[in-house]
This record gives sequence, C-alpha cells and structure tokens, in this order.
Amino acid sequence: MGQGIFVITEQREGAFRKVSYEALSEGRRLADSKQSRLTAIILGSGADALAAPLEKYGPDTVLTADDASLAEYTTDAYTTVIAEAVKKQNPELIIIGASIIGKDLSARLAARLDAGLAMDCVAIRIENNEFIFTRPIYGGKILSEVKVEGTPKIVAIRPNVFSIAEAPRSTTSEKLAVSPGPAKTKVVEKKLESAEKIELTEADVIISGGRGTGGKFELIEELAKALNGAVGASRTAVDEGWRPHSDQVGQTGKVVSPILYIACGISGAIQHLAGMSTSKYIVAINKDAEAPIFQKADYGVVGDLFQVLPAIINEVKKLK
Amino acid sequence: MEIVVLVKQVPDTESLIQIAGDGISIKTDDLKWVVNPYDEFAVEEALRIKEAKGGTVTIISMGPAKTVEAIRTALAMGADKGIHISDPAAEGSDSLGIAKLLAAAVKKIPFDLIIAGMRAVDGDNYQVASGVAELLGIPQITQVIKQEISDKKIRCHQVVEGGIAVVEADLPVLFTAQRGLNEPRYASLPGIMKAKKKLLETKTAADLGVDPQVVGTKNRKVKITSLKLPPARKSVTMIKGEDPANLAADLIKKLHEEAKVI
Repeated sequence: MGQGIFVITEQREGAFRKVSYEALSEGRRLADSKQSRLTAIILGSGADALAAPLEKYGPDTVLTADDASLAEYTTDAYTTVIAEAVKKQNPELIIIGASIIGKDLSARLAARLDAGLAMDCVAIRIENNEFIFTRPIYGGKILSEVKVEGTPKIVAIRPNVFSIAEAPRSTTSEKLAVSPGPAKTKVVEKKLESAEKIELTEADVIISGGRGTGGKFELIEELAKALNGAVGASRTAVDEGWRPHSDQVGQTGKVVSPILYIACGISGAIQHLAGMSTSKYIVAINKDAEAPIFQKADYGVVGDLFQVLPAIINEVKKLK
Repeated sequence: MEIVVLVKQVPDTESLIQIAGDGISIKTDDLKWVVNPYDEFAVEEALRIKEAKGGTVTIISMGPAKTVEAIRTALAMGADKGIHISDPAAEGSDSLGIAKLLAAAVKKIPFDLIIAGMRAVDGDNYQVASGVAELLGIPQITQVIKQEISDKKIRCHQVVEGGIAVVEADLPVLFTAQRGLNEPRYASLPGIMKAKKKLLETKTAADLGVDPQVVGTKNRKVKITSLKLPPARKSVTMIKGEDPANLAADLIKKLHEEAKVI
C-alpha cells in the first residue's frame, strides 16, 4: 500500500505547462483530504533551478532529476527515471498532465510499473477513502467512472479542466539520482511554432469554423486574435484542406475544454460535438436554424457568419 | 521488412452510444462497427512501406467473433495475413491486459516494425500501443505524421504541443499513427475477393502463453464502476433579430454580463 502523491511536471526551457499547475493544485487538494504528502517531480537539464515557480501550489517536496540526458523529453529516459523514484518512495497516486508528452509518458510508465492508469480524466473524487476517476470515453459521448486497483495508481488529467489554486507552504528540495541508461530514441530536430500560438487543448477561447466558412477563415482568425483565443476546425474544414490536421476538433481530432467555444458555420455532426461538449460556454452561429449544433449550444445566433462575425469583432473591440 | 499492425474494431464515430442495463457497459446491438480510424492510417502506412521495401504486413486484433470483419477489411486493403486473438476469458481486459495479449502474439512472429493507431476512438485510452512496446522492450514513437526508414533506422515526425519533434530510433520500433500521416485507400473489389483466401489464424490466451490471471474483466486494474451520460446543457438561448449589428451587440452583452466569459 503506497503513500503520498507524486505529480510529474512538464516544462519546456524552464516554462511549465499550465497543466502542471493544474495537476499540482489537484494533487494538493487530494493530499489534504488523504492527509498525505505531495511531491512534485521536475525532469530536465537544469531542473534543479526550476523549483521556485512550483512552490506556491503547495508541494511538500520538490524532487529534481537534473541531467543533460533529460534536456529533451524521450519516452524511455523519462520513464526509467520516474519508475526508479516511484519504486523508492512507493506513492499511492501519480498525477501526470495528459498533454501529448504526458499521454506518451503515462502509458509507458503504467506498463513499466504494471500499474493501472486512468487516462485523460476530468474529475477525481474520494469515496470511502478510494479515488474515483471520471474519464470521458467515446470522445465524450459517455463519462466512465473508474477505480484503479493496486498501487501505484496513475492518473493523467485532461488539460484545462482542473482549477489552479495557490497553496504556498514550506517546500523542501531533493535531488533524484539519474541513470537513464542508453538512449533508445533521439530527438534530432524540433520545429516549433512561435510561443505566441495558443495550443487548442490549453486555450480559454476557441473560435471554430466548418463547412459554412467555405474555406474563408480570415474573420475567424481575426475574432480569435481579438479574444486571445485559438482557431479550431470541423472535420469537413480539414478534409477540404482549408485548415491543418492539428486544428481539427472532434472525436477523431482534438478534444477541447475551453471556457468559450464559438462554432461558426458548423452544423454539429455527432463526432464534432463529442470533441467540444465539455466547453464551459458554447456559442453557435449558423444560417440553418435547424442545425444540431444549436441543441448543444448555450447561445445561438441564426445568421450569415460573414455578416455576424464582423459585427461581433466590432463589439469585442469596443469592450477593450 | 516484417511489419505488424495492431488493429481494433470500434463503433463508427457517427454512432449514438447508449448505456446498457448493467450501467457499466454500452448497448452494442444497433451499432455499426468499423476499423478504428487511426488504425486505418496505420494499415495504410504499413502497405506503403511494404510497397517501397518489400516484406509482409500482419494484422493483429483482439476482440469477439465480429472482429474478423475488421481484420478482413485490412486484408482487403492489401495486408498479407491476420491473427485474431479471440478468447471469451480474455474479453473485457483493460489496456494493460490487451497489451499483454498483443505483445505475446507479436513475440511469436518476426517483426521489424509495429504500427498502431495513436488511440482507439471508443475507450480513448492511448495506452495499448505503449504497453506493447514496453512489454517487447522496444522504443515507441507516438503520434507520428511522417516517417522515413533507411538502414534499419527510422526517423519520425511526431506531433508535440506547439509543433513537431523529429525523433530517430533503431528498428525494431513501434510507432503510432496520427491524422495527417496519409490518406487510407479503400479496399478494392478484387482486394475484397483476395482477402477471403488470406491466412487468418485464431489464437486464445493459452495459445499465446498468457497467464489467465492477467486478462479478462475480473483482472482489470482499471475497474469501471459506472457509466453516465454527460450532464445535459441548459437549453439554448437564441439571440433574436435580423440585423447583424444588433445580433452581435446582444450576444456580446450576454457573454460579457451574463456568462462573464469575455
């Protein structure tokens, strides 16, 4: 029977992903109700110097694995280092942000430790001293509640869902021994978009376009910029070649949970709805008053998006 | 090049999913079953590699009797042979259990490369492929949109947040297919006819030497306690009117003052 909670953080050049703060905040909440300890783990080259920004989210201990071989994320090295730490400290629960890297890592780690993993969870609660994890399946058409048998239990949490809460306390630091072994994969190049581009899965606001745009996304991009949001697309818009695959929202694309999702010229195919139905507020703009998207929306506008969007952009600018 | 593709049969993504009476499974009677869309990319990529470099493509899938349809579909696309892991005692396994079965099946045949979909669109677990790679002790490269193989080395373009990472590894490797890798072909009529004659073996957990204590519903580490429908949304507030300027003003007012989201 393990004790304590591990949070595996994720950072790129010293900047932590937002989901790492979400994982720490949730970890603190669970550790408090279990009266157990929260440990944050940082891996990377120069990781020892990165603990400070994590402290205000309340870890009791920050463990750092600082080694040149960990400068870039590689599945095997990260799995090996974390698995060693887990075997030494025997935590009850390991929380990992379900980013792309987090999904890759958590799945490999679960197999390495022969542990149960609840992937891409949107809620965690404790019932009779047991963790119950809620995870969307079938692209969000169904919510599955699961328990994980044995320890450690691993949970990967969906980005943008859990709230961030500051809970500063005195934090101790420890260094992890690092012996990742020979590298099985090597990152030879990275092609990253500018840091200004907001990742769909982390965006607070998403403006999406579908068939109704006819491929013209200029107004959608302009509104996204005005609201500091990201641009998404329906499968049709991607299949037509109007937008890159990485913009696709839906059961066969990205599953997103922004605060505000504005669907423009999207009729609302069931597989699209599955990918955005956990958004806090959904606005639908469509010419067709019968479009199924309106049944999932909080606010609906029946109209021509090429007339309505410029007026909306105008109103948003007035607010600023 | 010996290529193995891991395939899962899933409900079509346009399906309405309903919860069964037991509260922990779904109603399967009226569903249309298809090859997991991400696995189609995996099959297509395997066929392209085979066409360029020669070799064989073996499809491995686990599931009930109807899973044969998914394997036949991949054979009709051009894969050479299939292995169907079919065992009532292994039904209901979780991701790790399935990974153990698939890895055991792969171990019995030669392989240089394993390709799988980056996730199955039913369970959304993103786990089975990584589990297979770990159990076989080979590198994994997930969410790949481009690959090149030369001299027993693979170079993959992997989707990461905010861009692409180019990752290299020595074969054998397992990689998972992300949308954008290719455009899968349709099975041709001659392909469908030929598929009927291709070798399709059926294996049980015992055939594969997998301990019955690690598979099946009762040995799940991740236990489903209940399935629920997502909470219903409040009914939609339609913004009324004809004039775009008034519609926009009304909508933004509601988002700003009522929802307080902008």
